[in-house]
Amino acid sequence: MEVFSQIREALSFAFVQRALIAGCFMALGCSFLGVFLVLRRFSLIGDGLAHVSFATVAIALLLHAQPMIVSIPLVAIASLIILSLNEKAKVYGDAAIGLVSSFGIALGVIIASTAGGFNVDLFSYLFGNILSVSGIEVWITVGISLIVVLITVLFYHDLFAITFDEDYAYVSGIKVKTVNKILIVLTSLIVVLGIKIVGTMLVSSLIILPAVSALQIVKSFKAAIVLAGVFAVLSVIAGIFVSYVLNYPSGATIVMVNFVFFAFSFALGIIKK
Amino acid sequence: MPLKIIQIKDLSVKYGDIEALSKVSFEIEAGDYVGIVGPNGSGKSTLIKSVLGLIPFEGEILFQGESLSDFMLQKKVGYLPQKMSFIDQRFPATAKEIVVSGLYCRKKFPKRVTRDDYQTAGKIMETLGISGLADRSVGKLSGGQQQRVLLARALINAPQLLILDEPTVALDPQSRETFSLTIQKLNRENGVTILLVSHDAGSIGKYASKFLYLDRKVVFYGTFDKFCKSSEMTDYFGAEQHIICHRH
Repeated sequence: MEVFSQIREALSFAFVQRALIAGCFMALGCSFLGVFLVLRRFSLIGDGLAHVSFATVAIALLLHAQPMIVSIPLVAIASLIILSLNEKAKVYGDAAIGLVSSFGIALGVIIASTAGGFNVDLFSYLFGNILSVSGIEVWITVGISLIVVLITVLFYHDLFAITFDEDYAYVSGIKVKTVNKILIVLTSLIVVLGIKIVGTMLVSSLIILPAVSALQIVKSFKAAIVLAGVFAVLSVIAGIFVSYVLNYPSGATIVMVNFVFFAFSFALGIIKK
Repeated sequence: MPLKIIQIKDLSVKYGDIEALSKVSFEIEAGDYVGIVGPNGSGKSTLIKSVLGLIPFEGEILFQGESLSDFMLQKKVGYLPQKMSFIDQRFPATAKEIVVSGLYCRKKFPKRVTRDDYQTAGKIMETLGISGLADRSVGKLSGGQQQRVLLARALINAPQLLILDEPTVALDPQSRETFSLTIQKLNRENGVTILLVSHDAGSIGKYASKFLYLDRKVVFYGTFDKFCKSSEMTDYFGAEQHIICHRH
């Protein structure tokens, strides 16, 4: 009963309410994109872009600017560079991610070491802190997450066709390159939102885990997206409350709850077979 | 004069320093069933990819006098890829969803799938004898069943030209025969022009009206009978010509 009173107490705090709103919307965006990215073997793009965001946060702190506002365009550009390296320079997808992400980390470390004075702020972005999300960050997160979900829904059929068979989609007249660009830019947006919530080190897990968990137990594409969304939102809600009650780091707790969902789905998938 | 559905002039493709295709030229008329054969590395799949615009090439490929992109926009091409014989077992889609996805290219933004679309898919699946697979997970079907699902996807737009890249490579002999008869029926009864790549030169002669032997360049293009009677081909193939011509 003490746990419930602690949860009630948590809900009375504005910072917890902000965390819940921002976290749930961002988780929804992550899970919508995650199913497409996982099935296209592009799951680690989130990891790569998160590393780039480490550099963009460093740049923002250096310029005394809002990290999210600086990061959104820069990470979007990095995502297009990854796509272009893969398509035009014939660099393998995972190698292209590795190239750009290592550049991001190296740049971030160099900026942090030369500028100095903001290392503590910068390193707080490594693991994020959802409970410190500000009012403006909630609005940005809700707005961008809704845009991500809306665009994914509008392009659902093209994304589905490309995910199943990219060559066929191209031959049938679907604008594959444009849709790929849309997918990757949406991913960059959601990654930037995620760095505040779970940090650059763990943001890709919010893209990968709900999708992988849902794919263990469903046979329809739409059901996979809906279930991934349910897992993602529940993991954020449960993660925030567990971290509040047990005084654990919020980002890591959200990821651990996701692992619990994965273990459950994995077991259910085996039983269903 | 028969309508020329594809005209290929001096088509060359290079992968780095390796020339995969060299000055390939030939024409396909409406209603033809062209079987493309050749040894491994002869450029068969490269030719198909060039025709579909999936790789860059030198030379000219025209579809009824138009560029590929214009032709594609009119949804006149159906394509059955080779690699899809191995669909990811875990891919979360039913056979019917895959067949309906062939219609997505016809839709205007924002795309919506209607009940009519599912009825169209149902009819195509019925024609191909796969109605019973509609609600089954596509990744869990057998190789032959998956090929027929993908064929249904390729046919749902009623294409004028159907391009198939080694469609029977992963099938057992019985499924291979059933599949080949289905393609033959589409060609003869529905007038669909067929361009089919096969590694099996002997069996293609049984179904195709024209035979293109490729070895980075066109070695032979004509009817299978002409191939078997050609003394030039006897000089080129030696005893292998006899093996190809009498395998079926």
